[in-house]
Amino acid sequence: MEAMDYIISKYNYWMYIILMMIGFYAMIAKKNLVKKIVGMNIFQTAIILFFISTASKKGGASIPIIQNGHGSATDIINTAHYVNPLPHVLMLTAIVVMVSTFGVAIALLLMLYKKYNTLEEDEIISILKTENGK
Amino acid sequence: MTENAAALIILVPLMASFINLVVGLRWKEVCYPLTVATLGATVLLSFSIIQTVISKGTITYEFAGWAPPWGIAYVIDHLNAFMLAIVSFIGLVVSVYSKKSIEKDLPKKTAHFYTLFLLLVAGLLGILATGDAFNLFVFLEISSLAGYALIAVGDDRAPLASFNYVIMGTIGACFYLLGVGYLYIATGSLNMADLAGLLPNLYGSKVVLGAFAFMIVGVAIKIAFFPLHKWLPDAYTHAPSAVSAFVSSTMTKVGAYVMIRIMFTVFEPQFSTEILPASAMLGWLAVAAMLYGCVRAIAQTDAKRMLSYIIIAEVGYIVMGVSVGNRMGFTGAVLHILNDAFMMACLFLAVGAVEYKTGTRSLNSFGNLYKKMPVTMAAITIGGLSIVGIPPTAGFFSKWYLVLGAIGAGQWVFAAALLISSLLTAVIFFKILVNIYFGPQPAADLQGNGAAVISEAPVSMLFPISIMAAGVLSLGFLSGKIISSVIQFTVPGGF
Repeated sequence: MEAMDYIISKYNYWMYIILMMIGFYAMIAKKNLVKKIVGMNIFQTAIILFFISTASKKGGASIPIIQNGHGSATDIINTAHYVNPLPHVLMLTAIVVMVSTFGVAIALLLMLYKKYNTLEEDEIISILKTENGK
Repeated sequence: MTENAAALIILVPLMASFINLVVGLRWKEVCYPLTVATLGATVLLSFSIIQTVISKGTITYEFAGWAPPWGIAYVIDHLNAFMLAIVSFIGLVVSVYSKKSIEKDLPKKTAHFYTLFLLLVAGLLGILATGDAFNLFVFLEISSLAGYALIAVGDDRAPLASFNYVIMGTIGACFYLLGVGYLYIATGSLNMADLAGLLPNLYGSKVVLGAFAFMIVGVAIKIAFFPLHKWLPDAYTHAPSAVSAFVSSTMTKVGAYVMIRIMFTVFEPQFSTEILPASAMLGWLAVAAMLYGCVRAIAQTDAKRMLSYIIIAEVGYIVMGVSVGNRMGFTGAVLHILNDAFMMACLFLAVGAVEYKTGTRSLNSFGNLYKKMPVTMAAITIGGLSIVGIPPTAGFFSKWYLVLGAIGAGQWVFAAALLISSLLTAVIFFKILVNIYFGPQPAADLQGNGAAVISEAPVSMLFPISIMAAGVLSLGFLSGKIISSVIQFTVPGGF
């Protein structure tokens, strides 16, 4: 029961680890190159999920928009009422990086497909081997 | 000007890269002078930075006036300034060289090539200048993405090699990002100097141990540290020759710099030796890297692939110097970063010139080539002797410090492995040198096709090659001065 509580209380980390391992497995074990980059995308998304989940706070914390700002604020700002915005901002940058990586990878797949007419790693390697044999 | 040099050194190549794309698509011939001029300016800025650092100490540049830890700060001490000078100088030399080889390799895509090349330089300089752990990740990905694209436009095998590099590189960068995330959870800060102040109280925490492990493994993938090196030989062999020369001499070294920063700036030196035995593990893996790289290099017949395996061994030398944890070893490692950058650039540029003229990279085609390409072959001789570590070339001095460092730490096996791998490189290079000067001419020449065509490389290639070869020779003589004016200040406290 205690172990169950431990798992449930930290469920966001378990989710990210599971997702990350799915992506990792696809990147390493799958022979189809498209599946590899889909795995890469899952891998990166898991890390984004991890960062975002660390920003949240229990007890109804909301987005950090401060009313009556600009000098007129008289209330003391209680940080417990707001989620941490920094991980969100960091992940915005990471998403841009992820999309660019995905774009470069797809461009490479196009080059490979034009050259070998297949996206199976095994078939490309066997084509390369026969080329070498000549 | 000088007070903004820390920011300008990144912004100049970054902006020039976009200008290059816009202008270059219309007027192709503008790209080359623009790139050379930009990198010339970058070199001047890096020299101005290194002078400021030597005379006034560490530069801290706060972006938009936001003080760290809230804002992003660029912090440039002796180590950064030294690395900035290396990367921008090699960038300039390779860009001068690239004119003819890119005209031949990528006749229609020169604008794209120079745009990506400047982006790659800007990314590497950004990694070096920044004092923010997350900003480092962004620059790491900028440089890697530019690198993937540049490698992919090489020969027939290049797209597959580049694809494997994308997969491995992304895993490496994501591990680094995960490490940064763990550090952020534990400390609430991303600024390296701030982290260094906050972390010592948390050294027992599993989160911090995990963060350290993730960051080191991530960087180890990026620098192709044994046993995570699989992507490197393919990627560097099949890239265009100018690209191989630049990435081989700078990217792995910049990665080694990041490793040094994590181990000795973000974490305290005793963390990686006492709390987590990372240094010992890295040291033994470095021994394996030195031996594996050289043994695999012996069997290669493709000149660029042979050099790529030697890079794996050279990365092993640098990590070994860092891991022994004393002044001599660390000095040797930092000096070896400089020397190896010059040696690798020299050799890759020279091999690129041979490929440009003969159309092949096979080591057999080097037979008796000194008669036709005397300057290029002299450069290969100097670079090769330097990799073996024969005085007075630069390689001897850094290996000397590395051996002294290993002996000082009582690690006789490390010293022995370094000497054995030097002997193995001697086997490789003496075989090549004998072939160059006394070997038989390749059969194709004797049949008459090509014998008349092969001549010395064009001046725009020869000049950078000679500069690099002269650099390898003169760095050997200057190493005492470089150590006393720059490197001795990079050694972390407590060594």
